[in-house]
Amino acid sequence: MSSVGIIMLVHTAFERAEQIARHWSAAGCPVVIHVDQAVPRPVFKSFRARLADREDIRFCRRHRCEWGTWGIVAATQAASELMLASFQNLRHVYLSSGSCLPLRPVEELIDYLAERPNTDFIESATTADVPWTVGGLDAERFTLRFPFSWKRHRLLFDGYVALQRLLRFKRRMPNGIVPHMGSQWWCLTRQTLAGILEDPDRGLYDAYFKRVWIPDESYFQTLARQRSQKIESRSLTLSKFDFQGKPHIFYDDHLQLLRRSDCFVARKIWPHANRLYEVFLSDKDSPANRTEPNPGKIDRIFAKAVDRRTRGRAGLYMQSRFPNPGWENGVTSGQYSVLQGFSELFEGFEPWFAKATGSRVHGHLFAPERVYFSGGQSVINGALSDSPQTRDYDPRGFLTSLIWNTRGERQCFQFGPADVQDPAWLMAGDPNAQISVISGAWALPLFRSNRDFATLRAEAAELQKIESEFLNVLRSPYSKARIRIWTMADFIENPMEHLQTIIDEIGFKSLRRLGEAPKMTDLTGFGQFLQNLKNQGMHPYLMGDFPVTGAPTGLHRPTPKPYLVK
Amino acid sequence: MSARTHALRPDDILCFTTLRNERVRLPYFLKYYRDLGVDHFLMVDNDSSDGSLEYLMAQPDVSVWHSAASYKRARFGVDWLNWLQMKYAHGHWALVVDPDEFFVYPFCDTRPIRALTDWLDASSIKSFSAMLLDMYPKGRIDAQPYQEGQNPLEITSWFDAGNYVIKKNAKFGNLWIQGGPRARTFFKDLPQKAPALNKIPLVKWDRRYAYVSSTHMLLPRGLNLVYDEWGGEKASGVLLHTKFLDTFTHKAAEELERGQHYAASMEYRAYAASLKDNPDLWCKWSEKYINWRQLEILGLMSKGNWA
Repeated sequence: MSSVGIIMLVHTAFERAEQIARHWSAAGCPVVIHVDQAVPRPVFKSFRARLADREDIRFCRRHRCEWGTWGIVAATQAASELMLASFQNLRHVYLSSGSCLPLRPVEELIDYLAERPNTDFIESATTADVPWTVGGLDAERFTLRFPFSWKRHRLLFDGYVALQRLLRFKRRMPNGIVPHMGSQWWCLTRQTLAGILEDPDRGLYDAYFKRVWIPDESYFQTLARQRSQKIESRSLTLSKFDFQGKPHIFYDDHLQLLRRSDCFVARKIWPHANRLYEVFLSDKDSPANRTEPNPGKIDRIFAKAVDRRTRGRAGLYMQSRFPNPGWENGVTSGQYSVLQGFSELFEGFEPWFAKATGSRVHGHLFAPERVYFSGGQSVINGALSDSPQTRDYDPRGFLTSLIWNTRGERQCFQFGPADVQDPAWLMAGDPNAQISVISGAWALPLFRSNRDFATLRAEAAELQKIESEFLNVLRSPYSKARIRIWTMADFIENPMEHLQTIIDEIGFKSLRRLGEAPKMTDLTGFGQFLQNLKNQGMHPYLMGDFPVTGAPTGLHRPTPKPYLVK
Repeated sequence: MSARTHALRPDDILCFTTLRNERVRLPYFLKYYRDLGVDHFLMVDNDSSDGSLEYLMAQPDVSVWHSAASYKRARFGVDWLNWLQMKYAHGHWALVVDPDEFFVYPFCDTRPIRALTDWLDASSIKSFSAMLLDMYPKGRIDAQPYQEGQNPLEITSWFDAGNYVIKKNAKFGNLWIQGGPRARTFFKDLPQKAPALNKIPLVKWDRRYAYVSSTHMLLPRGLNLVYDEWGGEKASGVLLHTKFLDTFTHKAAEELERGQHYAASMEYRAYAASLKDNPDLWCKWSEKYINWRQLEILGLMSKGNWA
């Protein structure tokens, strides 16, 4: 008979449990099975009868095992006592469940434990150091009382916790022991286990832990610290928990992962994962020199799953992720640039900027008459349409969809006071947005048009009002975007320097030096145009000061070498 | 007509469907869901004339009822299904799909539907969302004829990946999703009239539950909360909607004539008008369907914390 005994806690999937029990037993490990009291008697009896042919498979007294309550500890105690009393030659006792599956030949586990005869494998950490608790109960697990079931009487449970908090109720640890917590699944030496079960103060400890929350994660974990010669604070059972504290389940498609993990035992296995049971229970040839379990890759997959469930993908809005305002973890999925006034000031600005930054540069995406996608396309990534009605049905969603659909490619687009203003707050509050504004540049298309001056005047007043509101949004304390605002007069003082700043921030490394500067539109007569507006009683101020006659500074000598070579 | 419901076992996964003249689709439909692990089908035949009823009556795992009454008066089939579900689905996982809808969920290529429902049970989740994803062929809708038993996705293998609009319905707490190729082509100028795509087709049924309008929303309201509001992602799937086969042009004309659909068949009228001149839903940015992982990456569905 081998020196390792197996305790199995079973409450469902009896066919699988029988299979596993036989597997342990065939390798020479005695097995003690605890069946939940909640299992109907006939089911239990037929299960026991099916395993009657094995001398070394025993059944212990049944307890009611409800999650989070003392029953699970009582069951483990009963099974441990029967185990130690029935099988004298054991060195280690391994606690497992009916949904555990051995991943490596049992001999390897026996040899592994034989090489470490005095080591207890039990995850055990003080409450201050474990982040994995659920429901905000960590230290309080030990200081409050928990007489009510969390699953069946949630209201009473929560109410009683609240009441005790209110009354500042506190329990004291018996004998001043330090509470420890960890995975329920352990492997203890005979010496440690017997020490815990035969402790003269066991009555005291049991009475205390009967009112602790989830004692199966703390009873043995705490008391082993009193008794053990050598604790390895880890579980030999691979068992991952999700954000609600319930175990992740393994399926057939985890086969390769489980194989490469080199863990001895894994839980929980889905009872219908036929292939896992087939492969691992018949695997005789094990790859050479496997030693320590290495669950790193599985850990990462499950950590990612928890992250996806709790934080999700930034900038994604879909059927099962629709965050309340402020809870998006990123309003958009990537960085983008908003350019106001540049297309008006420079001729052929969009293709030039695309070349300089290596990004996709759109026209006015929010123009009232149409969505101006880059290259004049009518549909773009994700089959997003250029229909203005569709866009205006949800302008903010239009923007977040565009950024999501083009992940991996930076988007830049023109914006202005003539456009639909709905996304203004979203952009201003978005750290992914880089917003650059040349204020007052909206006057240039008016200046170049030859329309009736009275209409122009009304339009200019309207545009100035809208742009001014937009600037207020950008300057509000809620804005988180990287924002630059120049008046048009300031900007044309030294246009290349300002453009350079914007381009550098986008961070595109061009292999080729960009020699050419974009061509600025002809501003001759613009000062007079502004003066005419003033004479009509409409005071344009957002563009800064322009002299009435002559060309503004900076205009007739565009910087010859905008890009300095280091 | 042919009720085999006495054979239902307590943990059977049930599929509920209403149909009219879908004979050619039925063999593949039944095969698809049998392969996923659906145990029993409960179907309402709305007066088919193409042999659908006879075909279904011959199937060992199908219970079928026949109704000659108006689809419209039965609130587009919801009343029939609510009645059947109240009677037979209590305590079961129930999937409600049309014959042209194919349910896709995380890991559906490696795990049967029972793996999903077991996981939902263990997580105390009672309802599972799967938005409708309109699939379409490249080229004219009537260019490739559909053969009985064929996987319709071989023809309608394209979809729109990222043009969906989501709003919250304050009354029932559900999300209201619109978009896709129908919104892009037929409802370009009237996006608010585009059909709803949000669906909650898989529910651990209780006789106190009821679908309100199609499978778009349920009562009580808590069942509609299939989305996370605090930044995380809940697990969800997709219903691949293979309506746009060559059978569609014919069907749209027939449905229009019957006037049995929602809002005076406004949708079908829009189709009939558009279909005459340009029945190509495909565009340069259409995405070709590969598998559920692709839909996951595109953000149309999510694994949530199922791994």
